[in-house]
Amino acid sequence: MDHLPTLVTEARQAIQAAETISALEELRVRYLGKKGEITAQLKGLGKLPAAERPAAGERINQAKQALAEELEGRRSALAKAELEARLASERIDVTLPGRGQPSGGLHPVTRTMERIEGLFTRIGYDVEVGPEIEDDYHNFEALNIPAHHPARGMADTFYFDATRLLRTHTSPVQVRTMKQGQLPIRIVCPGRVYRSDSDLTHTPMFHQVEGLLVDQDVSFADLKGTIEDFLHAFFERDDLSVRFRPSYFPFTEPSAEVDIQCVMCAGDGCRVCSHSGWLEVMGCGMVHPEVFRHSGIDSERYTGFAFGMGVERLAMLRYGVNDLRMFFDNDLRFLRQFA
Amino acid sequence: MKFSEQWLREWVSPQLATQALADQITMAGLEVDAVEPVAALFSGVVVAEVVEKVQHPDADKLSVCQVRDGDGELVQVVCGAPNVAVGQKVPFARVGAVLPGDFKIKKAKLRGQASQGMICSASELGLEEETSPGILELPAGAPVGEDFRAWLGLDDHTIEVDLTPNRGDCLSLKGMAREVGVLNRLPVQGPSVAVVSATHDETFPVRVEDPERCPRYIGRLIKGVDVSAETPLWMVERLRRSGIRAIDPVVDVTNYVMLELGQPLHAFDRANLQGAVIVRLAREGERLVLLDGQEVTLAADTLVIADERGPLAIAGVMGGEHSGVNAGTRDIFLESAFFAPLAVAGQARNYGLHTDASHRFERGVDPALAREAAERATALLLEIVGGEPGPLVVVASQAHLPGEREVRLRAARLEQALDKALPGDEVTEILERLGMAVSLDAEGWTVRAPSWRFDIAIEEDLIEEVARIHGYNRLPVRRPKARLALRPDHEARTPLARLRRQMVARGYQEAVTYSFVAPELQKALLPEAVSPVLANPISADLSVMRASLFPGLVRALTHNLNRQQTRVRLFETGLVFRGELDELQQLPMLGALVCGSREPEGWAAGRDRVDFFDLKGDLESLLAMGGEPEAWRFEPAEHPALHPGQCARILHRGEEAGWIGALHPAVRAELGLKVEALLFEVRLDALTHGRVPSFMPLSRFPEVRRDLAFLVDETLPVQALLDTLRGQAGEWLTECRLFDVYQGQGVPEGRKSVALGLTWQHPSRTLNDEEINELVDAIVTESRQHLGAELRG
Repeated sequence: MDHLPTLVTEARQAIQAAETISALEELRVRYLGKKGEITAQLKGLGKLPAAERPAAGERINQAKQALAEELEGRRSALAKAELEARLASERIDVTLPGRGQPSGGLHPVTRTMERIEGLFTRIGYDVEVGPEIEDDYHNFEALNIPAHHPARGMADTFYFDATRLLRTHTSPVQVRTMKQGQLPIRIVCPGRVYRSDSDLTHTPMFHQVEGLLVDQDVSFADLKGTIEDFLHAFFERDDLSVRFRPSYFPFTEPSAEVDIQCVMCAGDGCRVCSHSGWLEVMGCGMVHPEVFRHSGIDSERYTGFAFGMGVERLAMLRYGVNDLRMFFDNDLRFLRQFA
Repeated sequence: MKFSEQWLREWVSPQLATQALADQITMAGLEVDAVEPVAALFSGVVVAEVVEKVQHPDADKLSVCQVRDGDGELVQVVCGAPNVAVGQKVPFARVGAVLPGDFKIKKAKLRGQASQGMICSASELGLEEETSPGILELPAGAPVGEDFRAWLGLDDHTIEVDLTPNRGDCLSLKGMAREVGVLNRLPVQGPSVAVVSATHDETFPVRVEDPERCPRYIGRLIKGVDVSAETPLWMVERLRRSGIRAIDPVVDVTNYVMLELGQPLHAFDRANLQGAVIVRLAREGERLVLLDGQEVTLAADTLVIADERGPLAIAGVMGGEHSGVNAGTRDIFLESAFFAPLAVAGQARNYGLHTDASHRFERGVDPALAREAAERATALLLEIVGGEPGPLVVVASQAHLPGEREVRLRAARLEQALDKALPGDEVTEILERLGMAVSLDAEGWTVRAPSWRFDIAIEEDLIEEVARIHGYNRLPVRRPKARLALRPDHEARTPLARLRRQMVARGYQEAVTYSFVAPELQKALLPEAVSPVLANPISADLSVMRASLFPGLVRALTHNLNRQQTRVRLFETGLVFRGELDELQQLPMLGALVCGSREPEGWAAGRDRVDFFDLKGDLESLLAMGGEPEAWRFEPAEHPALHPGQCARILHRGEEAGWIGALHPAVRAELGLKVEALLFEVRLDALTHGRVPSFMPLSRFPEVRRDLAFLVDETLPVQALLDTLRGQAGEWLTECRLFDVYQGQGVPEGRKSVALGLTWQHPSRTLNDEEINELVDAIVTESRQHLGAELRG
């Protein structure tokens, strides 16, 4: 019995020296297993006198307990070290960029057009679109621009033959909607339009969003309110000055051009606003009774307003683009800036 | 319309600085485009007289002049102008003068001769754009010693107004002055136009055969004019400041009166008129050589001024070369007429012309103006070229002259339109200031529009005038009221915006390309496409409507490749145009193009080039958005732009909806594209077509999976195998995964191995082996019989 302390000391040293979980397992078997050395001691109790057995049994059990704890302590230390080693070996550089297809982006014209549409559809306007190859009737006649009207010279038109042409504005969509006769009407008409003009500030194709509201008791004040609200919302500036300048469009009367305080120089005067402090951004007016007549709407009962804006122009002002032609080069270095 | 500010201020001169005046005009609806000084800045230039001129001893082209500049002693100047002459009055820059461009005049010696100043040309003083060949000769009466700038009134501005087509009445000083007078509540005072007394009674007969188109024609014979006379400098200057070059005194006077009063005039050489002046429609095919030298063949709807031999001028547009005033002209016949706007409208454009006269007649010239203008022009002509005026010949048809227009303005309507009740007095006053005869009653106003306002015909015209003069920006602002009504929302339709965003999520940049393309490019890609051709394209490169999105996308690719962008992923949505005009289809499409590496260059990515299946995967992600991927199929087919072995027709519910494939190598070679590119385009109506989701209960019973590998002919489309299989697999098949396609070792030459994983599940019970085995047997048998497919061991 005297060598129990020696055995325990030896076992403790062996346990602490073990470097792997499997070596620990071997030590457990060697000391505490069914045929282990401590177990053998317990089995040897029967050879002791009965009076000594309880005390000896307790010593052996304490030794067994101590070794079991020693084993568990060492096992958890080893497991922890093993996990740490594994984690260390699995370290990656998380600053490396992620894998896969980076996303692309919408064209700035689409981005701008969707914003404009969104502002109007959220308050109850519908989006309407129509054909781009139009006829003389929908593009001109129905809009109170008969043949030989001097206003035909205002927009240089692309023709296919005597009566078919590329629409010069999205107003034909308004005509088509009015002809359906469902009143009231609140629509915006986005789309491509075409004018045979090509220089620094004109491209033969560009985009417009036009709007039309027809209802009872619509006034010029409603038009002014709508335009002001729109411009404030579009530029996210409630203090943006807006002014209405009398103008002429055959399809509206009274007609106005809309200027905003230059967003580049805050009205101080710069190259963009030709040092006037104002930028022309839209045209608008009250729907002309002749246009209503073409669409079969009673202009005594109904009144309405219409407005139109160039999408590229607004996008240029909003994003600071200084060359209109870039919109149609589709240069990736340009397009990526609007993602 | 361009005019001189000083000239305007002779008619009406509000207490406003130049810019404030321009702003006021702009805000009244007559948009001022530009305000520019009429002369560049210079100082120290005086009127001087050349007293002596001798040849420079050492230079052939120079002369040494003695100039009297009003400052006592004569000044010696060396001058290089060929036209300098003794007795001339000239603009003279003294020593110390500063000419445009900050050019300082100093004492100098030219080839040994002292020169103290400079005799100036018009261009040296910034009065002309082009370099003038000689010095500017001033009239004999120019006062020596007077400051040249002050004498010619050069501290003046040219104001350019971009008039809208409805305001033809403002195409003159008189019209602009009228408007400025209205805005400032000031009286307007023009030159007094006296009736010229005839000094002989000879007339030239005038016959108006079309009084509807020409309701009034006034003519006058002026005999014995001296066309060699010089147009006075003041008139040349006013014309110049209005953007019109002086030509000869007769033309200058007609232009001057047109600017001043707004009435276009024309002068014929009496010697070239035969029999009578006849106003009639042209006879089809008649020819006329115009003033600008071009010969035109006249159409039958063109109103002409003719004599007994034939047409002399296109009425209200342009005179003819042979009947015009020339250096030998002795007697002139002056025309001042009113042509109806519709008679002139479009005529100029039909002959490719646009003249000051047609511009005015198309918009409407005051029908009451012709006589006044004829008198004014006669008086000015007599002053300049002399001559003997005859009586006016007036041919007028009262029935065809524009009648008086009475227009009603209801107070209630005005208030409704502007959302403001303007004081009745203000409305009356505005209308009266505008030259309208106003009568007032309980409900509103009845006005008679002045003869010059062609644009006043209906109530809205008056509402606009009242609003304009009152000031748009003083009118109220409110928000429209509307009933809140929900509109239908078609859930089955995939919005275009979602499709676009899906493309963006898959790494594409959106492009917007022109809807018209170069015919060669379209032909290279789609040799058989028919699409409308523009009659008046901006350039040949943009002359045919795109029949596909491919040409634009390929062009955008080229643009980027040329700028070192080698990885290109673009998509576009928009209309394509197919067929002749009469059976034209305008189809909305979505198209895409990829080129370069699958992923951007990076540490983790391979350098693999993007291939057909990458693009097809992107497309399939769109097709799945409608919730009906099974409505779509791809079938091998040929497209002229695409590689015959890597090309599929896209079918939606059995109908052709688009194409996908690799750009054909031969087409690439033709277009000079060195890299491979893949494209697709699909009809948007098919893409946006979808369904509303419909719930299927989840089965609580186990799935059964069987993997089958078939050997099939390598040319057999896998789709055929999938179709056969689906036809036999029964209604409980829930999934069919194609997990391997293999050719090579272990597979006979000319065959391929296709491995499929089939999953079945019954909604309400467990499937047993026997029934699955039966289905598998049926699949195997059918595949063998119809497709020659063998099950691999």
